[in-house]
Amino acid sequence: MSQVQELTKADFVSEGDVKWCPGCGDYAILSSVQTVLPTLGIPKEKFCFVSGIGCSSRFPYYMNTYGFHTIHGRAPTVASGVKLANPDLSVWVVTGDGDGLSIGANHTVHMIRRNMDLKVLLFNNRIYGLTKGQYSPTSEQGKVTKTSLYGSIDNPLNPLSFAIASGATFAARTNAANPKHMQETLRAAAAHKGTAFIEIFQNCNIFNDGAFAKYLNKDTKAEENLFLETGKPLLFDGETKGIIMNLDGGKPKLSVEEADPANPGVSKSGNKFLIHDPSNEDHTLAYLISYLGSISDPENPAAMGVLRAVNKPTYGEMLHSQEEEAKSAKGTGSLKDLVYSKDTWTVKETAKA
Amino acid sequence: MATQEQEKETLDSVTIRFCGDSGDGMQLTGTQFTNTSALFGNDISTYPNFPAEIRAPQGTLAGVSGFQIHFSSNNIHTAGDSLDVLVAMNPAAFKTNIDDLKQNGILIVNEDAFTPGNLKKAGFIDDEDIFAPYESRSRIFKIPITKMTLTALEDFEMMAKAKERCKNMFALGLTYWIYSRPLDSTIEWLTGKFGKKPEILEANIKALKAGYHYGNTIEAFQSTYEVPEAKIVPGTYRNITGNQAVAIGFVAASELAERPLFIGSYPITPATDILQELSKYKHHGVKTFQAEDEIAGIGSAIGASFGGQLAVTTTSGPGIALKSEFMNLAMITELPVVIADIQRGGPSTGLPTKTEQTDLLQVLYGRNGESPIPVVAAKSPSDCFEAAIEACRIAIEHMTPVVFLSDTQIAIGSEPWQLPDLDTLKPFNFKFHEDPETFAPYKRNELLARQWAIPGTKGCEHTIGGLEKEDITGKVNLSPDVHEHMTEIRSKKVDLIATKLPPTEILGDETGDLLFVGWGSTYGAIRTATEKLRNEGYKVSQIHLRHLNPLPNDLEKIMRSFKNVAVPELNLGQLSMIIRSKYLIDAKGINQVNTKPFAVSDLVDEAKKILGEG
Repeated sequence: MSQVQELTKADFVSEGDVKWCPGCGDYAILSSVQTVLPTLGIPKEKFCFVSGIGCSSRFPYYMNTYGFHTIHGRAPTVASGVKLANPDLSVWVVTGDGDGLSIGANHTVHMIRRNMDLKVLLFNNRIYGLTKGQYSPTSEQGKVTKTSLYGSIDNPLNPLSFAIASGATFAARTNAANPKHMQETLRAAAAHKGTAFIEIFQNCNIFNDGAFAKYLNKDTKAEENLFLETGKPLLFDGETKGIIMNLDGGKPKLSVEEADPANPGVSKSGNKFLIHDPSNEDHTLAYLISYLGSISDPENPAAMGVLRAVNKPTYGEMLHSQEEEAKSAKGTGSLKDLVYSKDTWTVKETAKA
Repeated sequence: MATQEQEKETLDSVTIRFCGDSGDGMQLTGTQFTNTSALFGNDISTYPNFPAEIRAPQGTLAGVSGFQIHFSSNNIHTAGDSLDVLVAMNPAAFKTNIDDLKQNGILIVNEDAFTPGNLKKAGFIDDEDIFAPYESRSRIFKIPITKMTLTALEDFEMMAKAKERCKNMFALGLTYWIYSRPLDSTIEWLTGKFGKKPEILEANIKALKAGYHYGNTIEAFQSTYEVPEAKIVPGTYRNITGNQAVAIGFVAASELAERPLFIGSYPITPATDILQELSKYKHHGVKTFQAEDEIAGIGSAIGASFGGQLAVTTTSGPGIALKSEFMNLAMITELPVVIADIQRGGPSTGLPTKTEQTDLLQVLYGRNGESPIPVVAAKSPSDCFEAAIEACRIAIEHMTPVVFLSDTQIAIGSEPWQLPDLDTLKPFNFKFHEDPETFAPYKRNELLARQWAIPGTKGCEHTIGGLEKEDITGKVNLSPDVHEHMTEIRSKKVDLIATKLPPTEILGDETGDLLFVGWGSTYGAIRTATEKLRNEGYKVSQIHLRHLNPLPNDLEKIMRSFKNVAVPELNLGQLSMIIRSKYLIDAKGINQVNTKPFAVSDLVDEAKKILGEG
């Protein structure tokens, strides 16, 4: 690492113009990524950004790294190939709620369950922007758009719940309008080995302006954001409230209770607040936390930060070790052995020729 | 062994088909007969034919599985038009295959399986004398194969079902006796397979020998036959299927390119074998990735190609439909990837286990925009080795996706492969670009192949994608002139491949009355038909196209040297349409889409019709 030449944010800025709409949340994400990458100790040529189609997927053009703007929904497949071909690269997938959860949801599931060593930035603006404003799989029910004039009847999907249910070893949420938090989250993702999935709340100021306003509004942000800290109780709203788990007819359920100022970590009803542990192998609790504050659960705050970070072998590591095992068991294969394998016969010159 | 002298007749070539229920072990029986004949020194060609269902209901027409072997003392190129011998293990097999038996051919049936229940399942009416229509025109041997097998295995402490399973060995032994084949290679194979289960091993050997001796004892066969060794070009041979040869060809290409092989694929009949075969080669550094679908298969391959590996994906027609958008991405990003299309009967799910050549227009034109992609076709099982290497070579040396075409007939059919001298295979001519000073992603060489710098190369950072771009810099640019220029350059790049092709080989004279122009698995049938017609004095020649895009530069001149051009294809006229439109030559299609390979006799008849003598 010491030989790596000092990199700065400017090294990651490409020379062309950035062509997102003025005021788009994507600018902040680009800037945060360009801020974090030089701090990771990875040479610039080892980064590769792979995207699908959509506003978010123009991202690789704006990065001065290796990049591949692929086709709609399929970035995880190309990124998997890039990473398996070159295990020492740091490969990032940039996708959106339409690209990654609608047309490409299948690939997102399989990338995650395989634990491909990829960093995944899912820009969630709850709308189709590049095609000019149709509802997306994360749009709320009842949303009126150009293709849902009477209100969308689709049930929305929660990206983090989707990722965790798919077996994500790393799942986090951040907000494009909170650069400090986003950069911390990006660093945590970069440090993770395996699929690191980040949902980024991102405002589309043209077609879905204000979708995440309540998380930023001065008056509401304290009660709407549940910032997660490892080893700390799940508290929010100036630590006046917290999350407890109880059983509702045998079903685990998270609820908000008011904190007891005289008794830290305990609610006024005497329940202990949950302590955040992203390394918990079991993903049940992470799943429940991911669901808090979702479109279907608007009364509760949304968890922000790293919900889950567990250590498991990556697909690439396992593929590599199988190859090594095969080589040590059979010896490195030679083409000659393969062609001239068993069951050959020889026709001699003298034979009736 | 023989108690009395049997007459022994010498034959040039024989075609046998073993058929029965899919659980009857017919593929195995056929494979054993094939290996024995190959080791004996015959030239061979085989064609398995099995149902799409893994285990269709027992005894039904849908469940019939067959394996055809043509073995000869001459050089042969097809699995045979019609059968000298049909071995039918049940009524359904009899019903679905009997029409292929030659006049005076031998029919061997397992009498025990012709029960009222099985006859009904095969759709025969009660009390129907099903053999009557064939008695005058074939030699019928009704043999109680099941009973004889069980009797032979009386002393074995096995379940009756397990004993019965040996009946295919009895049938095999009987045919070995009829055609004077030695038993030893099958015994050796059984020993390898059942070495750890001595009881099953002994039972199989006993059944095999019982079948052999039965032929000798019953005196029903007036004579046995001999098919002498063929005059085969000296060399070392092995029997190989097309799919095996593709897999080995890809590994060879990986050595010639000095790049590791990456295959991203999704299982699909009849291409799955290639992925399975390559999965065995991890110790060769082959990375196999069974993707979640066809799209992910090619997507991962394109990613691996961007990362600098020799990348391939394997599929069949329905998979090509799904991969098309990615094929276009590889085309516009000018990345090497080989898409192997092992064609099967279409459209839609179609006939998964049957053969057809109906994907040619799909791979040439089935994409949005102007999307030229080179296409290479294999002509026989063993030819898949060289054709696969050629596809990889074009991909890497010209920086382009390439389609490799094969089909069911080649993929699962087998023939002896004269093993190549590996030292004569030419290394691929390319290198990664590593110098930032001279790098631009769309800067091209004299073949118009763009520079290939892989992620990890310092100073050559760049982004590629599916949007139109300007030449040299590769910067996104959607302006009219740029698009027209790039469209032309991508087309010209593919055309330039033709300048590197050797002269087209002509079987026969360079001028004449009729030229067959073929591609793919029809090679053997067309070649045999050409030889037959020439022997009869017709001025007929054959060319067989390895390259379907670009077509060879000498093709037009060759075709214009003949009075007639005929294009036999297992489709409704795809190559013929291209030839007619591209060259304004009145090429006549000889077309068939009945799931069967061409019969040589049909091609001969069609040729005579074209020559005005049919």
